[in-house]
Amino acid sequence: MPVTVKIPTQLRAATGGDAEVEVAGATVGEVLDAVFDAHGDLRERITQDGDLRRFVNVYVSGEDIRFQQGLDTAISEGDEVTILPAVAGG
Amino acid sequence: MSVENLKCKECGETYELGANFACERCFGPLEVAYDFSGLDAAEVKRRIQAGSQGIWRYVDFLPFTGPPRDPLEPGLTPLVKADRLAERLGLDAELWIKNDAANPTHSFKDRVVAVAVAKARELGFETVACASTGNLANAVAAHAAAAGLESYVLVPANLEEQKLLATGIYGTNLVGVRGNYDAVNRLCTELAETRPWAFVNVNLRPYYAEGSKTLAYETAEQLGWELPDRVVCPIASGSLFTKVARGFEEWTDLGLISGDQPVFNGAQAVGCSPVATAFAEGWDLCKPQKPETIAKSLAIGDPADGPYALEQARRSGGAIDSVDDDEIRAGIRLLAETTGIFTETAGGVTVGVLAKLAERGAIADGERVVVYITGEGLKTLDAARDSFHMHEIDPDLESFESEFEPQEVAA
Repeated sequence: MPVTVKIPTQLRAATGGDAEVEVAGATVGEVLDAVFDAHGDLRERITQDGDLRRFVNVYVSGEDIRFQQGLDTAISEGDEVTILPAVAGG
Repeated sequence: MSVENLKCKECGETYELGANFACERCFGPLEVAYDFSGLDAAEVKRRIQAGSQGIWRYVDFLPFTGPPRDPLEPGLTPLVKADRLAERLGLDAELWIKNDAANPTHSFKDRVVAVAVAKARELGFETVACASTGNLANAVAAHAAAAGLESYVLVPANLEEQKLLATGIYGTNLVGVRGNYDAVNRLCTELAETRPWAFVNVNLRPYYAEGSKTLAYETAEQLGWELPDRVVCPIASGSLFTKVARGFEEWTDLGLISGDQPVFNGAQAVGCSPVATAFAEGWDLCKPQKPETIAKSLAIGDPADGPYALEQARRSGGAIDSVDDDEIRAGIRLLAETTGIFTETAGGVTVGVLAKLAERGAIADGERVVVYITGEGLKTLDAARDSFHMHEIDPDLESFESEFEPQEVAA
């Protein structure tokens, strides 16, 4: 499934400045792996021991994946994956 | 000025003092770092006492490189001894209410917004914005108006009417988002990348959060430069809770006050209790929730400082409790009846948790306890509805006396 992944400002140094990355995958985990294959530096910045770091939020078409199946959340046609820092608000 | 740089709370990476909030290396939250080594305690104390009648008297501990500019200066709110409340709760303790509803827009948010708006001006921004559960909306709209800045305030569209009215009146761009606070917050985090604006609780969050420390400074100063034994404080994002602790620690390190750090008790609503749940379960992380509570100002299902609030409660020997909507209404009523202070639902949560602590014997005789009341009851009037009976009579004595037994008039 082709999908657009939106990259926050803080991570764009690792994508050569790109704000969006086009990859393919059936789940969020597969999508992120595909992003890491394209931009190796990103893996260490947002994951630790195979899990997302504690201040990283990932959304599929606006919905937090922690309310779904986490990294196993399925990707549907037309979904957009957004990575954002979790340290805002309050 | 003692401010140095921004530092990641997770990995320690440092950044310049700009509009930046998340670490590029690990995504951790950035926090303002200071070098207080040049400060002399006695001299600082004199400077504070000769300072303004608000939070700018603590400017040595705030993140500015020059004098802060915000014309609507909050702070120095009353610290009220609450003997009747202590008695009602069966406590033989020294109980104090810090009534932070007595700020320009009637909540503690004036503190954080005053700091954020002054910092936004120092950094050259012309527009300020925020994601809000209501109180922050009021404060951002008002402080922007007073400073002559453009503002955009994004809130959940289903907010209490009083909070919408008390925001729109200042002439802000009020945006009601069809979603909960966490959705509004996500939207603002995305907008912060595409608009040249100072989002007080997103890209200016490290500075904004510093404003909460002034609640600790004031408490210590009003107690005669002493620490309380325990504080009871509401938790939404967890920022206030952790920054009050930081304020007490900074002053202790500098020698302005001495003694053991207070025990920290956090208060949440059952209907939005990610931090209280994590505390009870022994987790280091909060599992996000979809909020369902009348305490809308605390309805943050994904609290940014949740992990730090958990650490603070645990290391201080405290706890984080939650109370349901009925207990919140009862808490509002109890505070009003015993202190004459009418608080909003968040204050009901805090007083409800205080009652819970009293009931389980957590508060020892003689303890000095400070309870943080963060907002005004007139902003959440629905919570007071139907909590009392009004006597309706005709305008004559007979009608009055049919309601109230006649009493003898002294000769």
